[in-house]
Amino acid sequence: MKIYADNAATTKMSRRAVDAMMPYIYDIYGNPSSLYSEGQRAKEALEEARRRVALAIGAEAKEIIFTSGGSEADNQAITSAAVGARKNKRHIVTTAIEHHAVLHTLERLEKEGFEVTRVGVGEDGVVDARDVASALRDDTCLVTVMYANNEIGTLQPVKEIGRICRERGVPFHTDAVQAVGHIPVNVSDDNVDMLSASAHKFHGPKGVGFLYAKRGVRLQNLIEGGAQERGRRAGTENVAGIVAMAEALDESIENMARDACALTRARDRMIAGLSKIPHSALNGDAARRLPGNVNFCFEGIEGESLLLLLDDRGISASSGSACTSGSLDPSHVLLAIGRVHDVAHGSLRLTPSPDITDDEIDYVIKSVTEVVAYLRSFSPVWRDLVNGQKQHIL
Amino acid sequence: MALYSEKVMDHFRNPRNVGVIENADGVGEVGNAKCGDIMKMYLKIENDIIEDVKFETFGCGSAIASSSMATELIKGRPVSEAAALTNKAVAEALDGLPDYKMHCSVLAEEAIQSALENYYERHPEKKKDKEV
Repeated sequence: MKIYADNAATTKMSRRAVDAMMPYIYDIYGNPSSLYSEGQRAKEALEEARRRVALAIGAEAKEIIFTSGGSEADNQAITSAAVGARKNKRHIVTTAIEHHAVLHTLERLEKEGFEVTRVGVGEDGVVDARDVASALRDDTCLVTVMYANNEIGTLQPVKEIGRICRERGVPFHTDAVQAVGHIPVNVSDDNVDMLSASAHKFHGPKGVGFLYAKRGVRLQNLIEGGAQERGRRAGTENVAGIVAMAEALDESIENMARDACALTRARDRMIAGLSKIPHSALNGDAARRLPGNVNFCFEGIEGESLLLLLDDRGISASSGSACTSGSLDPSHVLLAIGRVHDVAHGSLRLTPSPDITDDEIDYVIKSVTEVVAYLRSFSPVWRDLVNGQKQHIL
Repeated sequence: MALYSEKVMDHFRNPRNVGVIENADGVGEVGNAKCGDIMKMYLKIENDIIEDVKFETFGCGSAIASSSMATELIKGRPVSEAAALTNKAVAEALDGLPDYKMHCSVLAEEAIQSALENYYERHPEKKKDKEV
């Protein structure tokens, strides 16, 4: 059995998106900046894609900047708000569970003299909008809070934070890479000034994404050069990728209700099954999470070995263990929700596709249960827990 | 390219000498759960030969494979050879480890050292022999 359960990492391109992009890879290869008809055909496709993407999130076409993906969009949004702010405004508010594209950009700004407040989250993995409000200062130049967490799938109170930011006149950016195409996102309802998204998370191609920047928001360029994207992002546009992204986004929104329903069912069946493993725990709130996200910690085992053995059984998944990232520390998200290091190393993220069957879900549950038991059978940590030499945490 | 060599995957999927030796002559545990790797080695020693060795490991694929390979390299060998086993030898026997996983082989070397220290603590006379 082959089960791809890592859709939060990337998704398979949809057939519609592939078909939409093919003409622009081979036949319609003109440069959109060229004035002759071959170029203008590409330009038309580009602008049509921009209108579709804008419509999909409740924005205007002029407010969409195509980028190489979510990370670039995050980098540009955050850098712009900070560098573009008045000199005496050098404070940024974020959360402890952001994606590294946000966290590392903020670390760079800290080195340049900015001050960053990282608001913590509860055990449920959700930030309290009131905590964000109380972190605001007169010199705050940006608030950046993700829409949905990439590891544990928890949904953040974006709309409320956006409202607070509006009232206080502080620009608000949201990394919506995990949300767009999966749950309803509307920049005007959500009071968002800037938003990042990535095509390959919603069955579009890799290497393409977009930044929404509300009219009036001044952007700083990361890439200088030609006047593409209204002078806000230089470089000949990835026309084929952008067209495919627009198609994939439309398709995701058409199917959203059906897919979210199927995924929620799959998710809850998986959570119920995996909860039966002794000394395990679901990470993040059970309800306030993305329809397709399951994330567990299992005591006494390490995540990478779990992933390798699941791979042997045809299951593709991911983990917040240090060993899977090449760093010494486990996931900052799991630590932020209060998981201790020992436990955080034994995490597993499953993000299935909407067409997963009940049989496949049960196979995943059975496989994880067996592999966890096997790894525990020769884990000295598990032995200590069983012998009572260490106290169970989960 | 795969993450690990065939050898690493073989030792990870079918680890040799897994388990516990009751009344072992030497037991060593290294690493800590905070960092994500713990190895425990059990030695049975007779006439200065590693008669039996078993391990338990909490850790990633290369940690499990390194423990398994280390036990194979010392089983049936003289104590002096076990004491001289280096992490490099473990990694080479596994056809190499990714750079950021070399610490797993270091842990295997340290686990054996720690088990041997424990053995000498229990059998100080052996330590004397060794020094002579």
